[in-house]
Amino acid sequence: MPAALELKAVHKSFGKTAIINGVDLAIEKGERHAVIGPNGAGKSTLFNLISGRFAVTSGSILLNGEPITGLQPQQINHRGLARSFQITNIFPKLSVFENLRCAVLWSLGYKYSFWQRVGGLKDVRERADELVGMIGLQKRRDTVAGVLSYAEQRALEIGITIGGGADVILLDEPTAGMSNTETADAVALIRNVTVGKTLVMVEHDMSVVFGLADRISVLVYGQVIATGTPQEIRGNKAVQEAYLGAEVE
Amino acid sequence: MSAMFPWRRLLVWSAMAAVMIVAPLVFTQGFAVSMLSQMGIAIIFALSYNMLLGQTGMLSFGHAVYFGLGAFFAAHALNAIGANTLGWPVSLLPLIGGAAGLVFGVIFGYITTKHSGTPFAMISLGIAEMVAACSLMFPSFFGGEGGISTDRVVGNPVMGVDFGPSIQVYYLIAAWCFVCMIAMFALTQTPLGRMANAVRDNPERARFVGYNPTRVRFFMLSLAGFFAGIAGALEVINFGNVLLMAFIGGIGHFYGPIIGAVLVTFLQSALSNYTQAWLLYFGLFFLVMILFAPGGIASLLTLHKPAVQTRTFGRLLLPYAGAAAAAAILMLGLVALVEMLYHLETKAEQVGTVMSLFGRQMDTATAQPWIVAAGILLVGGVLLVFVARFVRAGWGHVTVAVNRAKGI
Repeated sequence: MPAALELKAVHKSFGKTAIINGVDLAIEKGERHAVIGPNGAGKSTLFNLISGRFAVTSGSILLNGEPITGLQPQQINHRGLARSFQITNIFPKLSVFENLRCAVLWSLGYKYSFWQRVGGLKDVRERADELVGMIGLQKRRDTVAGVLSYAEQRALEIGITIGGGADVILLDEPTAGMSNTETADAVALIRNVTVGKTLVMVEHDMSVVFGLADRISVLVYGQVIATGTPQEIRGNKAVQEAYLGAEVE
Repeated sequence: MSAMFPWRRLLVWSAMAAVMIVAPLVFTQGFAVSMLSQMGIAIIFALSYNMLLGQTGMLSFGHAVYFGLGAFFAAHALNAIGANTLGWPVSLLPLIGGAAGLVFGVIFGYITTKHSGTPFAMISLGIAEMVAACSLMFPSFFGGEGGISTDRVVGNPVMGVDFGPSIQVYYLIAAWCFVCMIAMFALTQTPLGRMANAVRDNPERARFVGYNPTRVRFFMLSLAGFFAGIAGALEVINFGNVLLMAFIGGIGHFYGPIIGAVLVTFLQSALSNYTQAWLLYFGLFFLVMILFAPGGIASLLTLHKPAVQTRTFGRLLLPYAGAAAAAAILMLGLVALVEMLYHLETKAEQVGTVMSLFGRQMDTATAQPWIVAAGILLVGGVLLVFVARFVRAGWGHVTVAVNRAKGI
């Protein structure tokens, strides 16, 4: 069985500055995988390469064994990969429900249709309302997304990401900037919505990483210096030197 | 979106239909009927433009292209009907214009929608220039500077309707206008229409939920071209006022462009009867709207919704009346100055420096009327600043009431 997501010798340079220096990574189906590393290690860039936001300089990326290198973001999305953003990236003028409706339309096959009334599409409405419930925003269903609290917008961000039913989910710092209780809620939400899916996430909060991840990759200066279970990563000398020593008490 | 039957919407549309049917019976002068016809066309065109600017966030300077090409194809079709080489009812002529608009929307849309934002605006401008240049290069099709003339009274009359009298033309336009309004509104309620809003607000996120923003823009532009072509077929009107209409009405609201189209057409037709300086007033009006109500008239109406809901609108009435009076004085002074200046600059040589203004004779060569007008302008301005305080106080009451209603 091919890996859910596989990176082979991926390089990315901006001008002469190399950000990603040959990353090899294989993430199995159903795995929850965390990418950690110090600021500027290239974690977000890695996500941008996988999701098609940036083109790789060299190397290849495979989704379920099929190459997705060089595809447009929407084409990668159609092949079953969805991502969230570190900086909240929603439709601020649309309501919570409408945001989620936008996220499900394509996957339910409506594409660019202009001959159907969207209000009359029962499957779209039910799926969007199910998502509203999953992210716990029932009371905010018809509120314009731009006025939601930060934690609510982060929840909506996750809702939009999983809305299309992709089976590989990339979450970029889903709990950044949250209080402890908000983080606990977010972790429960992520655990809940990624059941049966493959999850890759970038995260700085070590309690989240060690609580959620089956395996962890450590990215330093654009290279993966270690990949393994949380126990293996904790015990890895190179990781402690490069990164963990400074942040984990 | 509630699953219930939208009674309220039905009421709005019925009211609109009733107004369109009754309007020419109330305003019976020939001038009024032709103006109402223009309004109908302007509404279709402005709404089709709003599909781009308001719904999809595309600032196009080339939308008149689809209107114009729709008009030319329709004109040739009409002449062919007249020459009996084409069997097609005149009442369905707009479909030909629409088809032309759609075809060119597809062609030009394919080129222009690869870009968005400012590059799109610039390329759309380029296409408009290109088509304008073509109109002089291919006189056999475009009729050169004279254009092509047509006769609408062709084909067989259906139940006595031959589109000779302007009232019949009005009802044809009104019917098309109504159908187009409903069609364009319905479009906003489809998956494409909703994704157009999503692309407008955040094109990047739209990509990551599976939609290609370029494709969404392309479809919206093609369909907008279709409706613009219908408007073009209904009548060749002045170019260039589309952008203005969308702004004055309010680009974020579906009904906005309708308000704008009606108002602009009215200003154009009515104001130009009274003064040569109407373009200046028109420009000033546009400027004031952009400065003080950038969301357009529709947004001004929306702004007052909470005041009406909390029953505090009464608090605003008196301050508004005061502000209106002050603004009227200000405008009186301004209009007097502008009219005297126009008279002095453009007419004084032929008819002398004496002119009649607001029913009074005045000599624009003397200082007195200038001083009086400037004085009125100044008094109006000072009053307006003074009254603004009360308007703010009134809004203070409204805000308190709104917050109380929200439980804050």
